[in-house]
Amino acid sequence: MTPAISALDHAIILPVLLPALTAAFLVLALRHHLRRERIVSLAATGLLLALAIVLFALASDGTVRAYRLGDWPAPYGITLVLDRLSATMLLLTAVLAGCVLIYAAGGVDGRGRHFHPLFQFQLMGINGAFLTGDVFNLFVFFEVMLIASYGLMLHGGGPGRLKAGFQYVAINLLASAVFLVGVGLIYAVTGTLNMADLAVKVPQVAPADAALLKTGALLLFLVFATKAALVPLHWWLPATYAGTSAPAAALFMIMTKVGAYAIIRVYGLVFGAGAGPLALAAAPFVMPAALATLVVGTIGLVGSRKLRDLSAFAVIASMGTLLIAVGLFDVEGLSAGLYYLVHSTLAGAALFLIAGIVQEQRGAASDRLIPAPAMGGETLLGGLFFLAAIALVGLPPLSGFIGKVMILQAVRTCAIWPWIWAAILGASLLMTFGFARAGSVLFWASGPVSERKPLPALPGLAAVVLLLAAIVGWALAAGPATQALSLAARQALDRNSYIEAVLLPGAPAASEK
Amino acid sequence: MELLLAAGIGILTAVGLYLVFRAHTFPVILGLTFLSYAVNLFLFAMGRLAIDRPPVIVPDAAAYTDPLPQALVLTAIVISFGMTALIVVLALRGFLETGSDSSHLDAPRGGKGDAS
Repeated sequence: MTPAISALDHAIILPVLLPALTAAFLVLALRHHLRRERIVSLAATGLLLALAIVLFALASDGTVRAYRLGDWPAPYGITLVLDRLSATMLLLTAVLAGCVLIYAAGGVDGRGRHFHPLFQFQLMGINGAFLTGDVFNLFVFFEVMLIASYGLMLHGGGPGRLKAGFQYVAINLLASAVFLVGVGLIYAVTGTLNMADLAVKVPQVAPADAALLKTGALLLFLVFATKAALVPLHWWLPATYAGTSAPAAALFMIMTKVGAYAIIRVYGLVFGAGAGPLALAAAPFVMPAALATLVVGTIGLVGSRKLRDLSAFAVIASMGTLLIAVGLFDVEGLSAGLYYLVHSTLAGAALFLIAGIVQEQRGAASDRLIPAPAMGGETLLGGLFFLAAIALVGLPPLSGFIGKVMILQAVRTCAIWPWIWAAILGASLLMTFGFARAGSVLFWASGPVSERKPLPALPGLAAVVLLLAAIVGWALAAGPATQALSLAARQALDRNSYIEAVLLPGAPAASEK
Repeated sequence: MELLLAAGIGILTAVGLYLVFRAHTFPVILGLTFLSYAVNLFLFAMGRLAIDRPPVIVPDAAAYTDPLPQALVLTAIVISFGMTALIVVLALRGFLETGSDSSHLDAPRGGKGDAS
């Protein structure tokens, strides 16, 4: 008999239910009223933010909370799990979604139909992926997230976007097929897909089946690496992110992080350090791939000819940096990685939104890095770009610098740390060149102002300012944030408390000291 | 039976992969469909092959077959069906708007239709 759960514990499922119900309501009742759609969508996202804060506070007592749907006991029923890590990711998603939605409400959402329902469905998939405690449900929420992202990616239309969209959909369908094969192999060997149950059964696997299980685990890793845009599986990202609208690209910033989260969850917990013969199955591949990702992203960034391409390659480079930290699979690396993850999500989104505004303001020149007549609000936009660039490159005083320093410290335990230091610092230098070149062409190499140009739309600017303010706040809060994230990393790598919380609900709550 | 099923899955996968790597949208879609068939069969086989055994509780049954893979296959079929419909529409729209069914981003970047 499972103990009765409090009303507050039911809040764990709300981050999935709220966007789902909002999306259905929007598409059924308000599909012809853009203004009302905006109000409801913004209100629902605000509510989601409040909910994420409540869940974050709930998780910060250090207990892993399992929510059993329909009260079916754990390995059989569907389980959602809330711990510090998933609560952090939920909060980040809500903050990002709020800023992006403010930008979209400035007019981008009216360029096609159903922007807001798609946006909410995407939030549902992302939140679900962060909460689920079951590998097959992870697949289902990935699909929900992807289906909505296909719609968002194509929103607004145009032949270029359709071509990039076809590639994006095809790559993800292929990845889904590989995901299912991996899931199938894991189920065939262990007979379960619940993550806690897997964490119990994987170390006990018979030696004869170990190779099969490892094949399944590595196939899953391929899928997560595709989502996280790890080299050599990153080719879909520049075309997709540069081909879609600014708010969609900014929201997609969190999708690469879902891949990183899945890597942390599955390879930190299920195939983590305590997994016997399969311990750290993916670890040998993460670090080299992450270093290659950083290098490729940086080279692409320097060679970009459009601001949106540059932003996309900056995302790839930041994923490389992030996964270098994650690839250590220890508490210090993971907490540094999580700090950098929050930072790079916000900074990347800010850069994509700035690119969107620049594109609107420059008219025919779009966001190509060529001299063009001066645009309205150039000084302000240039200042915002400067801040976003500092954040992404990782120069002081913003949070990118703090994150990179933490990662540099964390990799000292790795045997090849001089090479990693060289890669990260060299990449930062090259990225500084890339951003300086782009910024000087866009904001300085412009002709004289011939006539009075309109200023950028207010909602777009407000969204960018909010995101940059969040980055500044993240840098100011670095002390408490790293403490909290260090606890989150410790909890995420602690198999026993996770297993106890999910499989033994009657046992006294596993709380950390 | 195992050999037959394994060979079937293998052939479907090989055909699917070959078609996915073609340069036009229609073969790519066919390839993805073949792959999804292969994956469905594979998922079905992961609960082990058994003949004449009930998946849910029957009082006089000696043994059961695993019902979970069947539920997973149903989910996978629904998702892949919806996805196939979506990608067909996408390919058709792309063909109608650009006049070619190439799946490559051949058009010079920053060209027509690039402004959002």
